[in-house]
Amino acid sequence: MTAFWQLVARDLAIAWREGGAIGITLGFYLIVVAMLPLGLGPDLNLLSRIAPGVLWVALLLAALLSLGRLFETDYEDGSLEVLATGPLPLEAVAAAKSLAHWITTGVPLTVLAPVVGLLLNLPPEGYGVLVATMLAGTPAISFIGAIGAALTLRARRGGVLLALLMLPLFVPTLTFGISSVGAALLGTEAFAPSFMILVAISLASIVLAPLAAAAALRFQLQ
Amino acid sequence: MKLSGDKLSCVRGGRTLFADLSFGVAAGQALLVMGPNGAGKTTLLRTIAGLLHPAAGRVFMEGGAPDETLSEQCHYVGHPNAIKTSLTVAENAAFWSRFLGNGGADQAALETFGLAALSDIPAGYLSAGQKRRLGLARLLLADRPLWLLDEPTSSLDQAGQETLTTAVNAHLTRGGMVVAATHMPLGFAKARELHLGRMAQAA
Repeated sequence: MTAFWQLVARDLAIAWREGGAIGITLGFYLIVVAMLPLGLGPDLNLLSRIAPGVLWVALLLAALLSLGRLFETDYEDGSLEVLATGPLPLEAVAAAKSLAHWITTGVPLTVLAPVVGLLLNLPPEGYGVLVATMLAGTPAISFIGAIGAALTLRARRGGVLLALLMLPLFVPTLTFGISSVGAALLGTEAFAPSFMILVAISLASIVLAPLAAAAALRFQLQ
Repeated sequence: MKLSGDKLSCVRGGRTLFADLSFGVAAGQALLVMGPNGAGKTTLLRTIAGLLHPAAGRVFMEGGAPDETLSEQCHYVGHPNAIKTSLTVAENAAFWSRFLGNGGADQAALETFGLAALSDIPAGYLSAGQKRRLGLARLLLADRPLWLLDEPTSSLDQAGQETLTTAVNAHLTRGGMVVAATHMPLGFAKARELHLGRMAQAA
């Protein structure tokens, strides 16, 4: 277990030291959301109606930016081979790296989301729900995304391929994330079931996605 | 303790690199894998490390730790050095020592490979030879019986090569095993040679 947390701590230290990736992700999120009112015009009702969807879709795209690099640096500098001969099974290595990605991408994006929500005139009662659904849903993005990152590891310009491969798999997360925010804003009872399904998707992906990612990594190391 | 390869065959990209290759390395012995470029030296080491599946045959360790796989009993030092450029030399060493073993001994390992004075600088500033030394220092960070070295002396200076030879010989004296792919004699004690690539010429 110590090896697992050592790996998480190392990835967090590298992300903190290099800094750029987190900044780019947050900047991209801010810009994509800020462009929207410019394109749609100043209709505040329209903006607040589409705010949950826009905030979620933009978050997904911003998170995809850094997913492509998840295993790439470790593959290039030989660390992945040494990790593979370590005491941790590759499944746990994939889980540790996904967790570190969530902490350095999912969490900062979730913290930024209410701020950019202001740009879309998100109703005041929506902020708490938005943060809660994103905290519950973003682990699925990092863990499922790790499968795509492992599959496209040796592909040149893997980023676009990663997006094509993985975006369909994010549809459930997106649907239930957006619908639970929408339901909470409308005050309907649909919030609880949507939110529960969102949490279930995240929990299932935390358990199952590392298995698939590790299988893909084993194949890539061949 | 004994490492054995039994009738190994490896196929890469549809080409058979070697077939029916059998070898044995007993405790305290070194095996130098030699042969021209493309003969399959790296492939053999990666197969022993468990990173590649052989097309036929098997590699196994007799008398090692029964609850550990062969991968977990070996140090694999390949061409890349598995160094994170944004972490300092000491942080790189500390990570591998805690990840692969129980932690500790990183300072001693860095001193052995002459990197103690550079502990606090980011590893990205090291020269190619210094990076190689840091990659090799991993051998001393966790205690594992089998060392797999892929051209370990590349970009090392004379002193670095001597340090490596001393470390390897100490490891062999303790009953360890070494399999090294190389183009030149490395001065290891009790080294036997395994020549690859003859088959390709014969075919």
